[in-house]
Amino acid sequence: MQSLLQITTVLSVCLLLVVFISVRREHIRVEYSVTWFLASVFMLLLSRARPMLDFATRHFGIPDTPLTLFLTIGSIFVIMFFRLSMIISSLRDDNIALAQRVAILEFHIQSLRERE
Amino acid sequence: MIRASGPGSLLVIVPAWNEEGAIAQVVQDVRRSVPDVPVLVIDDCSTDNTIRRAREAGADILALPHHLGLGGCVQAGYKLAFELGFDYVIRVDGDGQHDACDIPRIFERLKNSGCEMVIGSRYVGGAGMHESGLRGLGIRLFRRVLRPILGRWVYDPTSGFVGVNRAALDVFSRSFPLDYPEIEALVVLQRRRFRFEELPCKMHPRRTGRSSITPTKSMYYIFHVLMGVFINVLRYESRFHRKPKGG
Repeated sequence: MQSLLQITTVLSVCLLLVVFISVRREHIRVEYSVTWFLASVFMLLLSRARPMLDFATRHFGIPDTPLTLFLTIGSIFVIMFFRLSMIISSLRDDNIALAQRVAILEFHIQSLRERE
Repeated sequence: MIRASGPGSLLVIVPAWNEEGAIAQVVQDVRRSVPDVPVLVIDDCSTDNTIRRAREAGADILALPHHLGLGGCVQAGYKLAFELGFDYVIRVDGDGQHDACDIPRIFERLKNSGCEMVIGSRYVGGAGMHESGLRGLGIRLFRRVLRPILGRWVYDPTSGFVGVNRAALDVFSRSFPLDYPEIEALVVLQRRRFRFEELPCKMHPRRTGRSSITPTKSMYYIFHVLMGVFINVLRYESRFHRKPKGG
């Protein structure tokens, strides 16, 4: 269990660094990095709080502490991916509406040119 | 330039994506069948000479800046038609499967029946009801799924040969299914208590190119459309609903 927590600590620090570098290089926008920062900080705290994990394991009747860690981190990422899917869907709708608008406006411009 | 000619004006729209082999003939057939009606080809960012061929054949072009898929492409045409003030729009596929000779009959039915949508159907009246293969299976499945939702049988729910009036145009220009639109569009109309009719029409094998729905995509298509149908059933947009007469 101890080695699993240490690996989680290393992974969360790596994730924090990757997110930080990506924001600095403007590969992801600040508003989308917040969720990743929060997730990696949460992973880091969880990996350094063994008593809290043990308490949750006992409280929810989960058979294993590593399973509690896996379930908690898994849940965080499922929520994050769902949120990102919502953002992508919204962007796709906007993108389609925008493309249609551009095409229609170009059609009107072309029609005006033909009329002149 | 396309312009609505007054009350009862009709526009024929032809969504097309890489249909350079068929589009000119489709446009010419439509112009021969309904000579005074403008034809608008909506090009879904083709990489071949679809635009040039369509323009040479006498169509107006609405060129999308990038590929949107069939639903986005058709909706762009509906939006433009609505903005230009057309009262009726008939959609004909750009692959040459639909017989342009049926356009006047669809138009007449649209004007006289009071229906919001008329579907050119391969199967109405029992013709070709026993199509084999995955396609036949899919169509039979969709018929059965749609029966309780629409309250009636629809024999050719995947037909893209459809005519709509201005009321449906208003709805579709604001809300239209994007990926595989035909079946979901029926549910969108039903949710607004609009009516539709099927009219027997001839269909030809596609002239050139390949269908966008390949056998490998069929299973995904069925799942996707079923999801879309059920989501549209659950979606309730009260502002679109008509008030019952006398209510």
